[in-house]
Amino acid sequence: MNYAATGFAVAAAILVLAPLLAIFVYLVIKGAGSINLTFLTQTPKPPGELGGGMANAMVGTGLILAMASVRGIPLGIGCGIYLAEYGHNRFGDLVRFTADVLNGVPSIVIGIAVYGLIVLKQKHFSAFSGGVALGIMMVPTIARATEEMLLMVPNVIREAALGLGIPKWRATLSITLRTASAGVITGCMLAFARVAGETAPLLFTAFGNQFWNLNPNQPTAALSLQVFAYAISPYDDWHRQAWAGALILIVMIVAAVAAVRIVTSRGMLKGAS
Amino acid sequence: MGVGIEVKGLNAWYGKHLALKDIDMSIQANHVTAVIGPSGCGKSTFVRCLNRMHETIPEARADGDVKIGEIEVYGDGTDPVEVRRKIGMVFQKPNPFPTMSIYDNVAAGLRLNGLRNRKQMNELVERSLKLSALWEEVKDTLHKKSGASLSGGQQQRLCIARALAVEPDVLLMDEPASALDPISTSKIEELIFQLKQHYTVVIVTHNMQQAARVAEFTGFFLMGSLIEYDKTEKIFTTPADKRTEDYITGRFG
Repeated sequence: MNYAATGFAVAAAILVLAPLLAIFVYLVIKGAGSINLTFLTQTPKPPGELGGGMANAMVGTGLILAMASVRGIPLGIGCGIYLAEYGHNRFGDLVRFTADVLNGVPSIVIGIAVYGLIVLKQKHFSAFSGGVALGIMMVPTIARATEEMLLMVPNVIREAALGLGIPKWRATLSITLRTASAGVITGCMLAFARVAGETAPLLFTAFGNQFWNLNPNQPTAALSLQVFAYAISPYDDWHRQAWAGALILIVMIVAAVAAVRIVTSRGMLKGAS
Repeated sequence: MGVGIEVKGLNAWYGKHLALKDIDMSIQANHVTAVIGPSGCGKSTFVRCLNRMHETIPEARADGDVKIGEIEVYGDGTDPVEVRRKIGMVFQKPNPFPTMSIYDNVAAGLRLNGLRNRKQMNELVERSLKLSALWEEVKDTLHKKSGASLSGGQQQRLCIARALAVEPDVLLMDEPASALDPISTSKIEELIFQLKQHYTVVIVTHNMQQAARVAEFTGFFLMGSLIEYDKTEKIFTTPADKRTEDYITGRFG
């Protein structure tokens, strides 16, 4: 029986890993050949012309994700702290419920909402609005993850901090949150990776752009948008570039998550749990 | 230096349940006072009322006259955070901050209360670890090892050092050795004996031999009331109250 159970767990792990690996291998086969210096440094060529690249889309994705993270991560962590440390009341239940519903709202709906709230008011598409849309999507995941992780911190740790004469807000930020930081960071990374590949919410917000743009108030290219546009185009060269763009997007996400992991594990101590 | 504690008419509640009934107790400066009694008698609640930790539990509250040195603990304008800074607490289960190094554990109270001076901090950390008899064992790994990597007995001494680093006048210990093996327990007891030179120590204990070994004064609690409070010797040899006698001779509890 022991063997059967272990075998089942191993088989399940392999089955989970297989699609991810298959996608990655397939992307490498289809896309790696089209990645070259031109692709990495140039902007798209007009339809029908060969060549060109997605440099502006890579930078745009970075810009939009940075703006999404700057909004989504502090807001999500703050909300999670409220839920875990103060939210044991009806308002907390309401916030929890709202967060779970928001988590299930299709991303295109969030895109339309931000279109109505920001893009229509400003009368132009922008990286800013794209960042808002993705930021909103990050909040519920991060908030709930932060709450769960904080609740796992034993109460004796909070008591130890308060017993030292540390004010509650300081104890929560510097002791409780710090104790839970590994899990909170994982939650943030999950949320980040999830929105990094989103296309739908950007259709009505960042919109896309064929040219360089670093102004957050202008329409901005994003890899996911570019891949979408190229994949449904009638040109073979653009199809190849779409594969390459998808591969770059995945590599960017993996690199960002790995970088955060390396930076945050640097301060880890012997025997720390 | 330690300061005395004057308690008059202290009541404590958990929701509607009255857990401490009208406690009067006068605790002497620079002595060790033990608080004994069966489970649920209110002895932990009592020490948690002294530094206003009791009220951090939802629905729990307390009031009465508690004077520790110059501080009116339950005075109108008294900030509980200030009270706790003056009164160190050591808990039943060792609870070092697991993601912090040994040094950072001891420095936590200083740092989070705004001390920035590196040299002063180093001195206070070393002094506290020496006072808690842990310095020799950890001085080479202060920054390398997490507080959680130490053994249970070492962790508890680390928690004592952490409490001492903020320079309190009083040290409250809530069954500090109940989760430790006999050797670690005797180290902690030895330590308590040393600490009374500098601090007033109040220790809650389940273990009557421990009370007899470390404390000059002992208070016996039963069902939320202080039944008897006297010199430890007197409590354990010729108690005035029948209930105290029954408890210490093992007839209940």
